[in-house]
Amino acid sequence: MAKSWEEINARIASGEAVVFTAEEFATLAADEGVKAAARRVDVVTTGTFGPMCSTGVILNFGHSDPPIRMAEIWLNDVAAYGGLAAVDTYLGVTQPSSTRGIEYGGAHVIEDLLRGKAVRLRATSPGTDCYPRTEIDTWVTLDDLNQAYFFNPRNAYQNYAVAVNTTDSVLHTYLGTLLPRLGNATYCSAGVLSPLLNDPTYRTIGVGSRIFVAGAPGYVAWQGTQHNPHTDRDSHGVPVRPAGTLAVIADLKAASPEFYSAATFTGYGVSSFVGIGVPVPVLDEDIAATLALTDADLTATIYDYGVAGRSRPSLGTVTYAELRSGSIEVEGKKVPTGPISSLPRARRIATELKRWITEERFAIAEPVELLPQPGSQAQKPLEITTREAI
Amino acid sequence: MARKRLDLTFPPRQSLKPIIYHLVRDYDLVPNILRAQIHPAQEGRMVLEVTGSKENYAAGVAFLEAQGLTVNEAASDIVLDEERCVDCGLCTAVCKPGALTLDPETQTLRFDKDKCVYCEACVIACPRRAITLTF
Ligand code: SF4
Ligand code: SF4
Repeated sequence: MAKSWEEINARIASGEAVVFTAEEFATLAADEGVKAAARRVDVVTTGTFGPMCSTGVILNFGHSDPPIRMAEIWLNDVAAYGGLAAVDTYLGVTQPSSTRGIEYGGAHVIEDLLRGKAVRLRATSPGTDCYPRTEIDTWVTLDDLNQAYFFNPRNAYQNYAVAVNTTDSVLHTYLGTLLPRLGNATYCSAGVLSPLLNDPTYRTIGVGSRIFVAGAPGYVAWQGTQHNPHTDRDSHGVPVRPAGTLAVIADLKAASPEFYSAATFTGYGVSSFVGIGVPVPVLDEDIAATLALTDADLTATIYDYGVAGRSRPSLGTVTYAELRSGSIEVEGKKVPTGPISSLPRARRIATELKRWITEERFAIAEPVELLPQPGSQAQKPLEITTREAI
Repeated sequence: MARKRLDLTFPPRQSLKPIIYHLVRDYDLVPNILRAQIHPAQEGRMVLEVTGSKENYAAGVAFLEAQGLTVNEAASDIVLDEERCVDCGLCTAVCKPGALTLDPETQTLRFDKDKCVYCEACVIACPRRAITLTF
C-alpha cells in the first residue's frame, strides 16, 4: 500500500488528506491495527515544546544616517554578535543581560520582539570612511526590522536523558532543580509526540522538510549540532538516548509568543522553549509501525547528574509511560518525576499543524538531502591538547 | 474561630519552643508550622498557621510581639501567573507536599494551595518565573 509524496500532496491540495496527530494515530493503530491505520491516514503530525538552548535569530536593522558598521551590539543590554556585515547580527538565546544577568537574556529579547514590544538597540563602532558613525542608541520593534528569522543550530533533540542526583546537595541544572539523594527525576521529551521519535531513522525528515517553528512555517535547514545517529537503539530502531537533532529556520515575523517562551534556569542560565512540529507522511507500513509507538514503547536512559564529568554513569532505563505516571524506580528507590517539555503545548502544536495541513493545505516536502543516517557518524568529544602534542 | 497564617521574624538566640508552648497552653491556639528557618546566631523566620478563637488569636499575637518577635499577619502568599505558565511541569518535581501536580489526563498544572507549605522551591525552579511569593 505504498503512497508517494506526490500522491499525499495531491490529497492535501484537494482537501482530502486524512491527518492525525501522533497520539491519535497510535490509538487508531492500537484499535484497528497498523495496516489499517497506514491505509487510512496520509500524514501524522508531531510536536514538541521544550527548552532548546541552541536557538537564536538573525536580524538586519537597516542603515542609519550617517551609517554605522556595528562592532559591539546590545539589545536591551543583551550582547548580540558583531562579527557579521554592518547592520546584521545574530542574537543567541542563552546570552545573559549585562545588567540583569540570567533573569533576562537573548530569549527574553526575542519574546519581547514577538510580543510587539520596542527593544533598545545600542551599538558602537571604531568608525570607517564609509561607515563614519561610532555610536548609536535607538529603539526597534519587530516590524521595523528588514529581516528577522530564527536560525536554530540544534532543536528537537531525538530523545533525552532522565536526570537524577545521587549526591547530598541540591543541583541546579539545565534539567531543573535536582534534589539530593535521588529526591526527584526530571525528563525532557514529548515522547509519543516527539518529531524524531516518530521517524527514528530520518527517512522522511531531512534537509528541506517543511515544518512548524514557533508558530511559523519553516524548514529543516541542516542536521543539528551534535546530531548523533550512531547511538544505542531499541528493537524498533528508536534511540534510547539523545541522538538526532535538527537545525531549523523560520521567519520570526510569522512566529507567535504562544509557541515561543523565554526561560531562566536558576543556577544555570537562560534558554527558551521552542515549539517544533514536523509532519510525517505515512508512506508505508514500516513508517506506520514507528508512528504507532506509544509512551509505553519509548525508552529513555537515566543519568546521574551528580557526576560532573563528561561520561555520567547510566542508572538504567525507563519508558515514557513510567515517567508520565509520576514516579519511577531508581536503584530500588521510588523517585518522583517531573517533566520539562510541555505536553499540553506539544499537543497544541501537533493539532495546529494538522489544521494547517487540512484547512490551509500546507504541503509537505520530501527532503532534498537526507540527514546523516544511523551508523554513519559518531559524536566526537573535545580533547584538551597543546600545540606541542599536535 | 479564626484560622490565620502568620509570618514571624525573631531575633537571634530567641528560643521558639517556649513561645509555641505558650501559644498552645495560655492562648489555646493550635499552631501548624509550615516553614521554619532557624539558626541560633541569626535572625530566624517561621511561617505558621494558627487556629483558635478571635479573642485568643489577638491576645496570642500581642504575646508574640511582647517577646520581641515581628509578626506579619498579611503573611506572604504563593501566586501562580497562569498567563506566564507553559505547563512544563518542572515545578511539580520540586514540590514535595504535592501542592503542584499535573492533571493525569491533560498534563496541565494544578495548584492546590491548601497543601502548600510556602517553601518557595517552585519559585526558584520555574523557568518562566510564573510563581512568585508576594507580601
Ligand atoms: S511553595 Fe511551591 S514548592 Fe513549596 S509547597 Fe508551595 S507550591 Fe509546593
Ligand atoms: S514550572 Fe512554571 S511554567 Fe512550568 S508548569 Fe510550573 S509554573 Fe508552569
